Amino acid sequence: MSTRAEPTEGKTKGGKALSAGARQERRLGRLLCAPAVLVMTAVTAYPIGYAVYLSLQRYDLRFPAQAEFVGLSNYGAVLSSPFWWDAFWVTVFLTAVSVAIELVLGMGLALVMHRTLFARGTVRTAVLIPYGIVTVVAAFSWQYAWTPELGYLAELLPSGDAPLTEQWPALWLIVLAEVWKTTPFMALLLLAGLALVPEETLKAAMVDGATPWQRFTKVMLPLMKPAILVALLFRTLDAFRIFDNIYVLTAGAHGTGSLSILGYDNLFTALNLGIGSAISVLIFLCVGIIAFTFVKLFGAAAPGAEVKR
Amino acid sequence: MAAAGTSHATRWGVVNVVVVLYALFPVWWIVALSFKDPGTLTDGDYIPRDWTWENYRGIFATSEFTRALVNSIGIALIATVIAVILGTMAAYAVARLRFPGKRLLIGMSLLIAMFPPISLVSPLFDIERSIGIFDTWPGLIIPYMTFSLPLAIYTLSAFFREIPWDLEKAAKVDGATPAQAFRLVIVPLAAPGVFTTAILVFIFCWNDFLFAISLTSTESARTVPAAIAFFTGSSQFQQPTGSIAAAAVVITVPIIIFVLLFQRRIVAGLTSGAVKG
Repeated sequence: MSTRAEPTEGKTKGGKALSAGARQERRLGRLLCAPAVLVMTAVTAYPIGYAVYLSLQRYDLRFPAQAEFVGLSNYGAVLSSPFWWDAFWVTVFLTAVSVAIELVLGMGLALVMHRTLFARGTVRTAVLIPYGIVTVVAAFSWQYAWTPELGYLAELLPSGDAPLTEQWPALWLIVLAEVWKTTPFMALLLLAGLALVPEETLKAAMVDGATPWQRFTKVMLPLMKPAILVALLFRTLDAFRIFDNIYVLTAGAHGTGSLSILGYDNLFTALNLGIGSAISVLIFLCVGIIAFTFVKLFGAAAPGAEVKR
Repeated sequence: MAAAGTSHATRWGVVNVVVVLYALFPVWWIVALSFKDPGTLTDGDYIPRDWTWENYRGIFATSEFTRALVNSIGIALIATVIAVILGTMAAYAVARLRFPGKRLLIGMSLLIAMFPPISLVSPLFDIERSIGIFDTWPGLIIPYMTFSLPLAIYTLSAFFREIPWDLEKAAKVDGATPAQAFRLVIVPLAAPGVFTTAILVFIFCWNDFLFAISLTSTESARTVPAAIAFFTGSSQFQQPTGSIAAAAVVITVPIIIFVLLFQRRIVAGLTSGAVKG
């Protein structure tokens, strides 16, 4: 899609200034990007457009013959349903709490990785394991740990407690699983930010009598702000689509289903593509709003904005 | 003075041990479970009393697992190769060439990096069924390579920016076209970055669960994470816990090997795309 619109001889003003080499460079640039752009458009833009179309239809896979255009009524049905709002608030809770905890822990972890006197490689390797491990595997490990009569963690609880079968304990355990898995990623992003804090500035602050806490809040944090915002943006959007951990830990039962679980259930147990698509589009809009808020309100530099510098 | 130094070191030692334990404990637990025989499965011990390969023999005896393992490896490898090739081309253009539309490409990748996969599940499910790739390898390879492309483009363009420019210029001075400069000069220099990106993309594809359970319905394309979830059936209590644990360990091994061998590169790759600049 990007190979057309060559600067032709017709537009000689720029064409003359553009050397043959520069023109070749433009052409090559577009040629090289074309496949990636094509794939990304075909696999995301087209389906999301199709989802918008489906969401305006009554389309139940059990009764495909009854498909017809119903306008916005699917959206009305979703937004007036308590299922949507329950899942929405569960997702907001899980996202806000886990990202907040991850930020604090991740910062601690980043400082450890940055400052530790020895075994730095070992620490970094260990920390990468939660990042790399398959989420489903980790989720099963947690699930077994908390299952009565099987797990070591369940044994610490008063007997008879099955934390995964009650809403609030289960939600906190989901937060725990999510935090364990993704804090390392947060820490690595923050570590890269820490590396940008000049050692001399910290020394100067120390000479001027700043306490460690002051050095952290007055020197490090402001310098790390861009890295922190990027890490927060990444993790917030990622946490908002939480699915794997919940699916394995509780399957969304006992009021722990997130929006992604709701969308999945709607498609595969209710087999309703119209409603399912409406949910898809609404989740997409939520994510869009979060990203927009981060970029506009907090001025998070979009990753990749580096090109401007 | 020496005493103060020692206590400082001890403190860091304790902190390091805590961090390592935090990272490894759940992993150890599932490893321990996988080596327990069914009789002692529920004893809650951290170290199995009788080590047994029983669970591993059990899963490798069923096509349910071996087929899924083949699917996982094949699908993740193919998706990785395609994503890295397309990503390398685009990232080279982003890092090295001036052309209109570059910002559009970056914006688009960013959008896709943020895209909630669940939003695509319903439409892809329908589209894939109608064109006949539902429950096939391409049916999973296509979304995987798409969703890993932004990761590939960011990481690679960050690596590419650090390649010495002058060598390429020198090649051009010697009469190479931009395409030749790319193929003969940059590709060999970029190989380490490409390799790191391939690992990250592979981990991403290896990890996916949502597409794997939504876009497959039989053994023919189901990957291990999805297959494991189906080992369990519907109720959570009479489960083949040992089999799940063993299967979980098997798919964790490659990741641990990657991490052990390429720790430094992975850290560089993960952080370069996001923060540098």
